[in-house]
Amino acid sequence: MTHPENAAEFLKDSQKAKWHDETLWFVRDKRDKVSKGIPEWEQLRELASGIKDNVLANLADYLEEFERNATKNGIIVHWAADSEEHNRLVLEILQQQNCTAVVKSKSILTEECHLNPYLEKHGVEVVDTDLGERIVQFLNQPPSHIVLPAIHLKKGEISELFHEKLNTEKGNEDPAYLTQAARVHLREKFFAAKVAITGVNFGIAETGEFIVCTNEGNADMGVHLAQVHIACMGIEKILPRRKDLGVFLRLLARSATGQPITNYNSHFRSPSPGKEIHIILVDNGRTAQLAREKFRNSLKCIRCGACMNTCPIYRRSGGFSYNSTVPGPIGSILSPGLDLKKHSSLPFASTLCGSCTDVCPVKINIHEQLYEWRQEVTKTQGEFAKGLAMKLASGIFKSPLAYKISGSLMRNALKSLPNSLIYHPLNSWGKNRNLPDAPKESFQQWYRKNRS
Amino acid sequence: MKANSPSVALFIPCYVDQFYPQVGIATLELLEKLGCKVTYPSGQTCCGQPLANAGYARDTVGTATHFIETFNDYDYVVCPSGSCTLHVKEHFPAIAGLEKEQEALGHKIYELIEFITDVLKIEKLEGKFPHRVGFHSSCHGQRGLHLSSGSELNQPPYNKARKLLENLAGLEWVELSRTDECCGFGGTFAVTEEALSIQMGKDRLADHLEHKTEILTGGDMSCIMHLQGIATRSKQELKFLHLAEILNQSLS
Repeated sequence: MTHPENAAEFLKDSQKAKWHDETLWFVRDKRDKVSKGIPEWEQLRELASGIKDNVLANLADYLEEFERNATKNGIIVHWAADSEEHNRLVLEILQQQNCTAVVKSKSILTEECHLNPYLEKHGVEVVDTDLGERIVQFLNQPPSHIVLPAIHLKKGEISELFHEKLNTEKGNEDPAYLTQAARVHLREKFFAAKVAITGVNFGIAETGEFIVCTNEGNADMGVHLAQVHIACMGIEKILPRRKDLGVFLRLLARSATGQPITNYNSHFRSPSPGKEIHIILVDNGRTAQLAREKFRNSLKCIRCGACMNTCPIYRRSGGFSYNSTVPGPIGSILSPGLDLKKHSSLPFASTLCGSCTDVCPVKINIHEQLYEWRQEVTKTQGEFAKGLAMKLASGIFKSPLAYKISGSLMRNALKSLPNSLIYHPLNSWGKNRNLPDAPKESFQQWYRKNRS
Repeated sequence: MKANSPSVALFIPCYVDQFYPQVGIATLELLEKLGCKVTYPSGQTCCGQPLANAGYARDTVGTATHFIETFNDYDYVVCPSGSCTLHVKEHFPAIAGLEKEQEALGHKIYELIEFITDVLKIEKLEGKFPHRVGFHSSCHGQRGLHLSSGSELNQPPYNKARKLLENLAGLEWVELSRTDECCGFGGTFAVTEEALSIQMGKDRLADHLEHKTEILTGGDMSCIMHLQGIATRSKQELKFLHLAEILNQSLS
């Protein structure tokens, strides 16, 4: 299904759609307020953007520096060209450990690689330990938001789900009660897992350490109880120096949820005695995006989700309407690079209002890239897909005479045609909107009579 | 402006020319009242934005060439639309052989309100308009041309249109819950994403109605055409005027 079809479906439940819009607006508003508490906010964004530009311009060098230093620290570094290689590497490590049950803490990258179904197919139980992730996992759904994976669900729905899966009291919607039930359930899984998988927010080239940011502390719980830690990291997550973190940690949580700082920013540098840390550096289309000059800087993304919360389209169509691992504005400029045909409607799922660009903590020009992707999409669709209207328009607008004639034809048609014809069901403008009343003369005609 | 005042060319967007001649007239009369020597170059058509936003920027070379040639001989080009102005400034395809003219155009084209506040340097207009006015901030005017501060950015608040409106005697400015959310017009988006476009429009209208807007105004007739279309269909009691109409009326 295309984005417009999914969006129309989402909007059918108008009350829930309104709730979804207001819930995310609340997060957006919180971000607006907290960001204004920092006088140097705009300079921070500028700085973060500059640091990321530097990273992207020297990515190969920083990655090798990271590999050298991480290896020196006793971390085992792997490279994966694509999702298949990534998944295979994870499975191999699990098989070496004879591990059939892993705990995972939120990693959009493993979603992107579809790691869960792959491991399950090979007999490994995967438990997502972030509360929101666990909820959508119970429902066999992907996350609908990269920071708030279960934001599409209401308390009542979660209460029902937990009643079914965790045997909680029927009808009890108390968030503290439900969270406690999830804690007890997850604790068991934590104790049983020999291997823990996490994502990576930042990898530091200078020190070979990496940082995982979570609010629930579950990444730490999983990692410290397990024998082996596998960290999956997109190659664009590199920062040159540890001190750069000061810029990014201040931006990340404020942009994501309006918090001054994420609850747990855990640094991993070397394994405890007798344990192992593996890090998998994943490309999966990133170097291809790096090579596309107009779209390169989409790789600056730190996955805060602010562009989703601010997007008037996302708030009213939900994460699933995008049908891509990363939804919302940033997803709409990343996903076409992975599969242009599949995601061809996404660059058009925007009014180009530009709000995404202005909230982005690393100053990605998201709406301009949406515009550029539109130009790419139409190239692949060829001349046949171009509507007759578009072909006519390009002819009309370069010729004053053609414009004048078609303009007056149109105005006269609007005046003389019956409403039933103007507002027929195939006319998307007129389904729920009136057209303006057609004036008797155009401005051009008025001007000629009155001024020249 | 006096006898040797710079020449101002009026650029009236195609849909304003065809559907809202009164907005073109108000723009012209307003600029004349403010002392400008205004000409409407005949033969102008459209900036090509509908095509470009639909992904066919490469087909707008003819339209853009025609536009640059039509407006080449004037000191300023003034347009009662933030969106069309932004398109000319930022999204025209590069026209071979007209590089100099194209660059000059980018610097001399202004949206109407910014022309009044930034070029004519008019701080306030003496006039009266005793109505409750709700302002719809068009995204391209705001985030593209920076006609007002954005809620997303950490910057001192300002609004060029508000500055002019607020000085009019009797005008009550309506404070909205969401000061700068998109109305959902978005050009072809209005048709290709019809359901979303309508919902966004309804939400904007609800904000205005809740805060008792009597007249909804803005700098872009395209947003207003969309909002008015929805309001008319659902029989909402709301009046719609372009900023040029309010300013022109209040000065008479």
